[in-house]
Amino acid sequence: MTPANNLERVLTQGNFAVTAECGPPRGADPDVIRKKGGLLKGHVDAVNVTDNQTAVVRMSSMASCIILKDMGLDPVLQMTVRDRNRIALQSDVLGASALGIRNILCLSGDHQSFGDHPGAKNVHDIDSVQFVDTVRMMRDEGKFLSGQEIKGRPDLFIGCVENPFADPFEIRALRAAKKVKAGAQFVQTQCVFNVEKFARWMEMVRALGIHKKAHILAGITPLKSPGMARYMKNSVPGMDVPDGLIERMGSVPKEKHRDEGVTICLETIDAVRNIEGIAGIHIMAIEWEDIVPEIVKQAGLLPRPIPA
Amino acid sequence: MIVADRKPFDEIMDMIAPYDRVLLLGCNECVTVCAVGGTKETALLAAQIRIKRQAEGRTVDVGERTLERQCDPEYVNTLAESLDDYDAVLSLACGCGVQFVAENYPGKPVLPAVNTRFMGVTEQPGMWAERCQGCGNCVLDRTQGICPVARCAKSIMNGPCGGSHGGACEVNDQLPCAWQLIIDRLKARGKLDTYSEVEKPRDWSTSRDGGPRRRVREDMTL
Repeated sequence: MTPANNLERVLTQGNFAVTAECGPPRGADPDVIRKKGGLLKGHVDAVNVTDNQTAVVRMSSMASCIILKDMGLDPVLQMTVRDRNRIALQSDVLGASALGIRNILCLSGDHQSFGDHPGAKNVHDIDSVQFVDTVRMMRDEGKFLSGQEIKGRPDLFIGCVENPFADPFEIRALRAAKKVKAGAQFVQTQCVFNVEKFARWMEMVRALGIHKKAHILAGITPLKSPGMARYMKNSVPGMDVPDGLIERMGSVPKEKHRDEGVTICLETIDAVRNIEGIAGIHIMAIEWEDIVPEIVKQAGLLPRPIPA
Repeated sequence: MIVADRKPFDEIMDMIAPYDRVLLLGCNECVTVCAVGGTKETALLAAQIRIKRQAEGRTVDVGERTLERQCDPEYVNTLAESLDDYDAVLSLACGCGVQFVAENYPGKPVLPAVNTRFMGVTEQPGMWAERCQGCGNCVLDRTQGICPVARCAKSIMNGPCGGSHGGACEVNDQLPCAWQLIIDRLKARGKLDTYSEVEKPRDWSTSRDGGPRRRVREDMTL
């Protein structure tokens, strides 16, 4: 069985890590998560569970993490600051730790106007940097944000995200540095389609020495079709899909779209592996989790390490 | 100023349907500046109501008056006698004005003719935009004069989030990203090095989150 803090061990022992994303269902059926977990098991070091991604209501990340944990996977609990204030966030941090979840990823969250409840009130009591700082303080100082003492500190490996493709570009490494300064131990990036820009971001990351203080995992998303590529480019916040990639996807016959997507994905993995400071990849195969084993296998990343 | 939008005409007509004598009450402050509830707009709405009611074959006595301010007892108190001639007041002031008239004349229905939107500025003629959320603990000295609380869709204090693109907010391409503006100004002032400081969580108790707010100056109270 995978140890609960598998991801941290894989990374700290210097292995090239592989994580994957698992989107919970829009319903209460636990078998959806079990099926996705079953596909990923043995192929990844940890599984991120999204927290109502694109502000669409789904099964809770916490519950889905527990289902995965019971299957022997190491879940990464994604938590956005969009839907919970500091009281709820800290309460869930304690709860997650108590349930044996050992990884947390702190995010802002997509604005609710993108989701299925655009009339919802958002929270944003604290931001994602402050949330990272809060979890670190709870764990390392044994204190709540209020300064009051915690009896029974949470034990979590803290992650954050950064989007190298959002603007203004020149502060994107500085912002990652801010999150690492606040306590982030690993950074998972937005999907890399524009490898050249990503490499430039990594130059800034290295100049700031961020890669020596935190493990940086490059976000990888296989494209299913030219339509998906266009949708990602035009409708998903903060996504940079170069026109050349969209054209390349469109240049092959329809029945070859998925193969071409996987080929591009493998090329991207190869490219980011050769960038100094990249500690692993985070595969976000959106509603296409069954392709992950093939990608990991073809990328030559099997078998996954079993850390001591 | 407080910026408002007039409610849809049909909604206003439904609201005043039970009444035959209605006083339209404009306000000479913010809603006049944002061209929604001053003397001019009050006259226009009164004319629209008269025409519509006439078309429906139902008479209506529409009065028009504009107070200097509907949020101040000095002016609201002058209404007393004129209200006797009306069944209801249709106020074109912001929500503060509507409520203040209503609480001073509890026997009279006071209805809102506008939707109060935000505290903002006139960016150009005919265009108003939000600038302040009244959080009660101003940070503009630390954010280069640009408010992330009011102007960032996520009120992020360590921004920008991953949705900022080409200077715009992820919510709307027409909405400037407040953090892009802050970074631009930090750069222009040669202060980008201050960006690496982690801004700590805010105390929202001075904001609406602490409950409805009140300010008392003992030296001025009666």
